[in-house]
Amino acid sequence: MFETLKIRKNQGAQAIPDITKAEIRKPFRGLPYLDGSRCGRCEICREICPVGAISLKPLAIDLGKCIFCGDCQRLCPKGAVSFTNFFKMASTSRDYLVVDGRKTGEEYLENAVNARREITRMFGSSLKLRQVSAAGCNGCEWELNASGNPNFDMGRFGIDIVASPRHADGILITGPISENMAPALEDAYMSTPDPKVVILAGTCAISGGVFEGSPALNREFLKNHPVDLYIPGCPVHPLTVVNGLIRFLGR
Amino acid sequence: MKWINTKNNRPVRIKEIPEMAMEELRAQIIRTCRDGARVISFFGMPRGYRTAVYAVLADDEASRLYLASALVENHRRYPSITPEVPQFHIFERELYEDTGIMPEGHPWLKGVRFGHERANRESTMERYPFFTMQGEEVHEVAVGPIHAGVIEPGHFRFMCQGEDVHHLEIQLGYQHRGVEALMVKNFRRSGIHLAESIAGDTVIGHACAYAGAIESLTGVEISRRAQSIRAIALEMERAAIHIGDLGAIANDVAYLLGNAVFGVTRTLVINTLLALTGSRFGRGLVREGGVAFDFTPELIKEFIEKLAKVYHDVNLMGEAMFEMASVLARLDHTGAVDPAAARDMGLVGPAGRASGVDLDVRADHPFGIYRFYPVHKRTMGSGDVFARAYMRYIEIKQSIDFILEQLDSLADDRPLLQKAGKPAPDSFAVSMTEGWRGEIVHCAITGRKNEIVKYKIKDPSFQNWYGLAYAVRNNGISDFPLCNKSFNLSYCGNDL
Repeated sequence: MFETLKIRKNQGAQAIPDITKAEIRKPFRGLPYLDGSRCGRCEICREICPVGAISLKPLAIDLGKCIFCGDCQRLCPKGAVSFTNFFKMASTSRDYLVVDGRKTGEEYLENAVNARREITRMFGSSLKLRQVSAAGCNGCEWELNASGNPNFDMGRFGIDIVASPRHADGILITGPISENMAPALEDAYMSTPDPKVVILAGTCAISGGVFEGSPALNREFLKNHPVDLYIPGCPVHPLTVVNGLIRFLGR
Repeated sequence: MKWINTKNNRPVRIKEIPEMAMEELRAQIIRTCRDGARVISFFGMPRGYRTAVYAVLADDEASRLYLASALVENHRRYPSITPEVPQFHIFERELYEDTGIMPEGHPWLKGVRFGHERANRESTMERYPFFTMQGEEVHEVAVGPIHAGVIEPGHFRFMCQGEDVHHLEIQLGYQHRGVEALMVKNFRRSGIHLAESIAGDTVIGHACAYAGAIESLTGVEISRRAQSIRAIALEMERAAIHIGDLGAIANDVAYLLGNAVFGVTRTLVINTLLALTGSRFGRGLVREGGVAFDFTPELIKEFIEKLAKVYHDVNLMGEAMFEMASVLARLDHTGAVDPAAARDMGLVGPAGRASGVDLDVRADHPFGIYRFYPVHKRTMGSGDVFARAYMRYIEIKQSIDFILEQLDSLADDRPLLQKAGKPAPDSFAVSMTEGWRGEIVHCAITGRKNEIVKYKIKDPSFQNWYGLAYAVRNNGISDFPLCNKSFNLSYCGNDL
């Protein structure tokens, strides 16, 4: 009993009080800052990028493909690419994830999430998601679990992961979607009552990531069903997840 | 014995590897394993219209690896090794699935991962040949591939008698992304990135194994400082996941204080790793030729302070949890794997060590900085959930001690990152590391033009999944989550 109280006292309060104002410390690689004027057109970044996320003219990075490895930042001789610690990268638009130019985090955020009225009206105060790991490497899965831990505590916003798709308002997908997992993902989607949302968490889900083009994948699901929210990251950071979802719900 | 004798991270030329008839290879494997050797890799690769089967055995006491091969006609059969040496069961299943070479008399020759390049397209996930059970009070419980929580997919079929599990069959393959094929195809562009994504909870473990294989083939010896930084990250990874898993075990016995406290303590560890690498999982750190990030004196100071707090908090929480009668009542004698069975199945890592299997790559086949700072092997004997949990508790402290020792004696040599040249042609490299789940083995084979022609990955989960199935036998089905968490095996590490 006293031991328990001692542990409790030692821990103090762990929850991040205002999650919208939280910061991730510096070396974290979030939203890239691209300075096209510095670019020497040597194309090293494009050559070494393992996922083809970089395009030149103008210099741009696709956050839906980027695995945030930081190799381009390290190898660019002109310092044209740098990753900032801005983490609120979720967007309702796939095209918006292609970042060119020198946007600050706040500028990026302004139009990133378009909270649709029918979604905020229906799910605004409570969103229950069925998570489906479709060949996710367990990185995003660990971070989604962490999103519910005492630090990030997304449950306090009425956002929960539920056991059955029948209790869910939508599907949260991680992983590049393997051929072997495609039927189960489709089943889970069909078992979720309408209206429902589809959210992609992590680079693999959004673009296939390092597995893009593998014959072992089957990404038909994404051709057949609309996606409502994209959460970039490799893996997604819990703060990116929670803040993305909060904005998505119009809060 | 004519086998070629080598060591961890010491490549051999392909033509030096003795080639023999499959029957002869089998006979020698059986003989060598009876003398105490252990299989760590066994696979085939196409050579012309035939298949070259490679076997890598480990002599752990002598820190030796033995290699031999057989050239086999496609779709031929040979008498299975498994009835003589049970640890081969999963390796032979994989060989059959990948190449079609059939080990006759194998007790359960079922699919392993249903890969897109498998030899037998008739074998599909829908038609998995489950065991069946009949009788009074007999029923089956099917779970997955999608589980209740945020977990990777896999299908579990419990054959129960009343409340007790008689047998559990685990069907995997849902996570198959074709990593090994991509490793060959996209080696230059994304080898290290693929290695970091073999199992996203073992980023450092697999990246170190990959880097070890490539560096040994290119002949690069990385600096002492880079070796230490890799080992620090590897131990951070181990400590973080073990702490997280202790929290998960606490959760499964409804000890919520443990779940909460271990959960936030893990956060502290991985956020500290982020301070060095920019990623909570250490992504981007390990690169061919060294590491991409360095310690500043301030960062060393911060690591020491944070890890002291982690040690303190883990100790406080662990002492309370492992003394609580209501926790122990659930952990003791649950999901026990006896030492003989553990050895037969070939269990590795903390799950093996909890059952007295004294294997640890860091001590048996040391790599990197572990060659100079050996790790003492710790084992337990009861093999139950308690032992697997307590083993983790011991290893967390051991890892933190190791990190502190390294931080105190960090070498000042450079460069941190060297340019890796071309891999040697026509060579075979074996690279082993001790990830938090246990022994990771990567085998890389190069061709005439210095290209990678075969990349074989063995995650510790590959062998240990069967340990989980064995552990739940004759246990109440409600204890399955607890057994599962005590192993916490990788689905994608198996499915690749």
